[in-house]
Amino acid sequence: MKGWWWKGISVALLLYVVVVGLRTRLGPTLVHASIDRIAPGGASLEATGYNTHFLRETPQAWLENDGQRICATHVEVVSNNSFKADFNVPAGLRSNLTSLWAWDAKDGPLVLRDAFFTEGLGQGMAGESCTVGSAPRKGFNFPNRSILNETIRNLFFHVPMWFTMMVLMTIAFWQSLMVLRTGDPAADRKALAAVDVSLLFAALGLITGSIWARATWGDWWTSDPKLNGAAVTVLIYAAYLILRGSVPDPHKRARLAAIYNIFAFALMLVFTMVLPRLTDSLHPGNGGNPAFSQYDLDSSLRAVFYPAVAGWVLLGLWAYDLQRRYARLKHLADEVNDR
Amino acid sequence: MHTAEIAHLLRLEWELDRRQKHVWGSMALYVVSTVYVCYQGVRHLAEVPVWNALFWIILLFAAFNALGRSFQRESQGRQLYLYTLASPRSVVLARTLYNALTMAVLSLLSLCAYALFIGSGPLEQSRADIFLAVVLAGGIGFAMALTLIAALAARAGNGIGLMAILGFPIVLPMLLSVMKASKLALDGMGWNVTGKYVLWLVLIDLITVALAWLLFPYLWRD
Repeated sequence: MKGWWWKGISVALLLYVVVVGLRTRLGPTLVHASIDRIAPGGASLEATGYNTHFLRETPQAWLENDGQRICATHVEVVSNNSFKADFNVPAGLRSNLTSLWAWDAKDGPLVLRDAFFTEGLGQGMAGESCTVGSAPRKGFNFPNRSILNETIRNLFFHVPMWFTMMVLMTIAFWQSLMVLRTGDPAADRKALAAVDVSLLFAALGLITGSIWARATWGDWWTSDPKLNGAAVTVLIYAAYLILRGSVPDPHKRARLAAIYNIFAFALMLVFTMVLPRLTDSLHPGNGGNPAFSQYDLDSSLRAVFYPAVAGWVLLGLWAYDLQRRYARLKHLADEVNDR
Repeated sequence: MHTAEIAHLLRLEWELDRRQKHVWGSMALYVVSTVYVCYQGVRHLAEVPVWNALFWIILLFAAFNALGRSFQRESQGRQLYLYTLASPRSVVLARTLYNALTMAVLSLLSLCAYALFIGSGPLEQSRADIFLAVVLAGGIGFAMALTLIAALAARAGNGIGLMAILGFPIVLPMLLSVMKASKLALDGMGWNVTGKYVLWLVLIDLITVALAWLLFPYLWRD
């Protein structure tokens, strides 16, 4: 691609991703209740929220059991992130799990699902459910999920690394095909440049993924089909570089490297696209484990994720372009020196 | 596709091997001595996962050892002569087939030696038929994936060392699924559980053979 405009777009997109992706607050949610079981009679609890605004307006609080609601008799706000509530729990609730809900105009409905183990079950409570507010929250926030918490922002960095790597490896694959078809040494230089840059992005993908795994799964590395696929990919392209290093003759090197690249790329696609779907996996998007689309009910993640993918891919192409031009100049300089 | 040509090349391979009996002897000796070293280390193994893993590690290295020589035993001159007589695609298909046969024999041999020394306890509660099928599929799979790699390494003028580096990432995913399938067979699971892994292996084999068929003509052309 000629010109500077797409480099400008890349920088602008990544600037937007860093600023919006890191500065947008997570949506408010309830994270903790001070008790974990309720029995018929009086119950008092203190609920803890995250990014909530209880001081602005005392929230409504209620328990919900199998569609039946029990409103708090008294709510006392302690801080922006916590309130105390008292309930009169009736006998005969139907489900043994009860959720805690709260609502205020700023935060919208908040829920701590299945927060309490319920005692004194029966055929449902007598009397009507109370009425509560339901107006949704306004404003732009990222989804707040347990376990993921603030690390959800890593979506804009970890995932695009692999997308960029795949784009660059596809370029390398294409250039390798060109090497076999035309024997053009420039195509070989392009393939090598693309592999070099794609390995950089693979390393960044591994680092961001490792940090994320540590924060959510509790370990830097786990044995998982998706992670094995990533490891195999990196090993394949490291082997590609070693193969290049062990053949001195440039024409032979170009051809052998192209053959290995084509063989390995085709198999890598099979290994990383098909194999992880065959087995169970912790990783989102595999083995019946949904990707991020399920969290992203109001598309707030998409509003940053898509620009992030475009920005990182363009940055990768930019790096590839520089690497390719550097290799060409070096080649020309070598030719001059040889003369 | 020249069936007659491939059959001729297979016969040639067989004749070469028959005249160089030490080649087969060295492969068998490699497997038996590796198993014996493991035996000295662990004596008898009863835990199924460890038994399974050790077996596949031994078979993997036996495969690298056996297949590494498949493009190196002829001199450059004779290779060139061979290539003027037959089409490169027939050569690679014949080599792949012959390597697959070699690996089938070698995996059975390894299994016998392994069961003899390390213990056949895990086999007793297993679905032995499925385990045997998985071992054969795995051995043949290694042969199919590594034939082109062996040719590449031989062309690069760098022996088994380079082949291990180039081949390891290619066989690793295959190894993972074959280990899982054989573990399931050892646990006594039926075809309904292990079947999809065997099917997946056959699929990879077909893809690797197709790729080798496509790419080999570019490899031998100098």
